Amino acid sequence: MNNVQNKKRANKSLPFFFKDEFKVFFVIIFFSTILLISTFTFDKVPPILNRGIQPATFPKGLLVLIMFLTTIIYYLSFKNPWKKEKKLPKPFFLTILSFILFVLISKTLDFFLAISVLSIFVSYNWGEKRVFYLLLVGIIFPLVVFIFFEMILGLRFPPGIITNLYYY
Amino acid sequence: MMAPLFSSKLLIVLLFGTLFGLILGVLPGLGPTTGGALILPFTMTLDPLSAIVLLTSIYCAGTYGGAITAVLINTPGTPAAAATCLDGYPLAQKGEAGRALGMATVSSTVGGIFSVIVLVFFAPVLAKLAYEFGQPEYFALAIFGLTMLASIGEGSPIKNLIAGAFGILISTIGKDFMTSIDRFTYGINELSVGIGFIPVVVGLFAISEMLTQSTLLDQVFKRVALKAVKLPSLDDYKKTWKTILRSSGIGSFIGVLPAEGGTVASLIGYSEAKRFSKEPEEFGKGSIEGIAGAEAANNAATGGAMVPTLALGIPGSATTAVILTGLIIHGVRPGPDLFREQPDFLYGIFGAMLIANILFFIFGFFGAKLFARITLVPNKILWPMIFAVSVCGTYSLSQSIIDVWIMLFFGVLGFFMRRFGFSVVPVIIGLILGELVEGTLRQSLVIFDGNWLMFLTRPIALTFFILSFIALAFPLLRSKKQKN
Repeated sequence: MNNVQNKKRANKSLPFFFKDEFKVFFVIIFFSTILLISTFTFDKVPPILNRGIQPATFPKGLLVLIMFLTTIIYYLSFKNPWKKEKKLPKPFFLTILSFILFVLISKTLDFFLAISVLSIFVSYNWGEKRVFYLLLVGIIFPLVVFIFFEMILGLRFPPGIITNLYYY
Repeated sequence: MMAPLFSSKLLIVLLFGTLFGLILGVLPGLGPTTGGALILPFTMTLDPLSAIVLLTSIYCAGTYGGAITAVLINTPGTPAAAATCLDGYPLAQKGEAGRALGMATVSSTVGGIFSVIVLVFFAPVLAKLAYEFGQPEYFALAIFGLTMLASIGEGSPIKNLIAGAFGILISTIGKDFMTSIDRFTYGINELSVGIGFIPVVVGLFAISEMLTQSTLLDQVFKRVALKAVKLPSLDDYKKTWKTILRSSGIGSFIGVLPAEGGTVASLIGYSEAKRFSKEPEEFGKGSIEGIAGAEAANNAATGGAMVPTLALGIPGSATTAVILTGLIIHGVRPGPDLFREQPDFLYGIFGAMLIANILFFIFGFFGAKLFARITLVPNKILWPMIFAVSVCGTYSLSQSIIDVWIMLFFGVLGFFMRRFGFSVVPVIIGLILGELVEGTLRQSLVIFDGNWLMFLTRPIALTFFILSFIALAFPLLRSKKQKN
């Protein structure tokens, strides 16, 4: 209980733009505004084809609702500040980095290679240093999954430097 | 009822589904919703009945499986087993892990079977009622389902509503289904068909959980030794039979309510067990009634949640949203017509749920010790493997690499949503209900010639609007009462 109060106090002492409440409020309002503006670019249908309301009306209504509710939670956070979250640890950022690597490798080199690299990268950074287990998660298991999807589900994976060796 | 199940193929599917569901339930962070989403692409090789039998057996067994880790390592395998930790773990610490798991197994089975009976009798009645529904009634019903998100267990009511509205917003991406006008596509061709359900579910549940696990690597579980699961004694039965029946009723009722599920059911089942108990002071210290109350309720919610899913096409919980997607993918349209045109299919599902409840009793009773060992697989091995399956499964449905990137995007988004107290379940329910909400609203406005007030002239629609108002007001009144 004391810890929670301390955390709340710690959060209270920060300038408003550093607080989680403001960051969440800002991000939601910012993206909602951009999306709301983009709804004004949607094509309009002539009245004869218009079924009740224009295609942009419903998303507009939703975005306004989201912005309204977000303002309420931000207002309520003045009375009840959110508890301050712990700092994110290094493995979290390395996992995010592995996702970026995955996207880059799957787009430029090979889908299977991207899975292997991510699996080994994540496993290693989460503390696995034994080579056999790294090979298990990075090569053996993805290979089993690949063959299973390819043979049982008849799935064709996107071409790439390693996948092409299998197909041709 | 069982006739369609007497084929070796379906029995194998049922056995596999129950075992797989138990494994998913045991592993903290996974669960029947994530597992169902991961296995959905594999069901494409099956006929519709086998596919749905597989998903429902995972649902039943996965909900029970969460109790094993709740009792042995004080970590609920699924959110629905959170209330089981309160008494299951203290009882296990007293050296009675076998007794705690025995009670969890028996009460889960009774709750599950009770809810299947409710499903068999109540779903056709609800389906018959649904014949009276027109577009305005379906719109009001969908709004009721969405407002119920305000009172689901996790997150604050307003945050849940924001998440639900966000889910509906995602459903508007792509070509407008009535006028074929592009919305939020920004010239990207792949987005014109909209955002698929699977990338969003796998991202929000599996990938965001992977990120959560990356922040918990230093966490150490204190494991309690288990010799064997014991059937409850006669004294235990005498003490708990009323609690089990009460919680089975509560769980089935909560399950029927759109968007509610096992988590809410188990919390209410637990608190009601405490309220009616002769020894309320024992709750939290290893009360056998506490375990029975929570476990009977969360498994009873499985059958209950299938009622609106099958009869109305409105998901009763996050996992039934996955099952609903499975039905749609396999060309089965849930709703009243399903009951008239494909009764064999439905009775196959009912029978499968009944057998799944019996199977998880057997597996749980004889194999809990073995299943508990699955939690020994370290996260550094387990999660990269889950990632590989998630990526291939997501890619397989449309064979689109964009789907995989969408999955990763929603994984990161889901992590931050959970970090700041937004539940991801409303996003899924909103996504599933989005097309229904918008479609029925626009068609209703055509019927009413654009006059919104005409909604209030339809008695069933008006009833749902009043219920929606109550659903919104209830959490506010509850929090005010708690403050006082």
